[in-house]
Amino acid sequence: MTVISSAADPQALTMTFVAEFTAPPARVWQVWEDPRQLERWWGPPTWPATFTRHELTPSGQSRYHMTGPEGEKAPGWWTTLEVEEPTRLLIEDGFSQPDGEPDPEMPTMRLEVSFDAIDSGTRMTILARFTDLDQLEKVAAMGMIEGMTGALGQIDALLA
Amino acid sequence: MVVDTFPEAFTDAEIDRIFHALADATRRDIVARTMRSDQSVSALARGYDMSFAAVQKHVAVLAGAALVHKERRGREQLVRAVPETLHRAGVLLERYAALWHDRAATIEAILAEDGYPPHEASSSTRRKDPR
Repeated sequence: MTVISSAADPQALTMTFVAEFTAPPARVWQVWEDPRQLERWWGPPTWPATFTRHELTPSGQSRYHMTGPEGEKAPGWWTTLEVEEPTRLLIEDGFSQPDGEPDPEMPTMRLEVSFDAIDSGTRMTILARFTDLDQLEKVAAMGMIEGMTGALGQIDALLA
Repeated sequence: MVVDTFPEAFTDAEIDRIFHALADATRRDIVARTMRSDQSVSALARGYDMSFAAVQKHVAVLAGAALVHKERRGREQLVRAVPETLHRAGVLLERYAALWHDRAATIEAILAEDGYPPHEASSSTRRKDPR
């Protein structure tokens, strides 16, 4: 696997995650830019994501929902704030109302993603910044679901 | 985003109290000191350039957020940190990091379909960039 490091700062409510891939930045960029590739990895295996709108452009809007095992839907949105293809992205991510549009009552988080060319391919760095603990708690629930269901089986399926 | 919350979730009011309590440097320092050992309010007050009453107020804010526990022993009021509350944010961030570990593994699998193989080094042994 490619994970180099992850570090959490509980007082600042930030998480930094670094992974390396053997593909060049332009190819790693595509897994973010192409909604069909993005929806393969954004949601946990038991909550696959569907992007119904996706614009990786300044002020671009994305709308997605994740579908749970019982068919329940968890809608979310992105606003792309800054984009420098293929090296940097700044995204605001939030929860949506049942109609799929952003819920103004809910806190948002920011994802700063950088893609650095290295000898062996690409180093992707994620800096996630939460505005409050409530947001972090809801988003972290996804990580727990992932852990319980075991992502490895799904990855093996992708590689087969 | 998944809207389920996991067991032992904070209520909104608890979260507000924790954030307010930790927003102050003196209160963060009180948490750090009482994490190491129980401290009386008067002992804490000697460590800060402020009145006993002011320190007592800070302790009350921390106690209201369940970050410290107050206990009367004789004439002294002992203050003890409640590390579980403070660690909760750290645990949540670790769970969020786990989500990114899994996302990166899936991205790697997608790239492998195009002939970009995974790195050979194992994530469990590589904690730092060796370059």
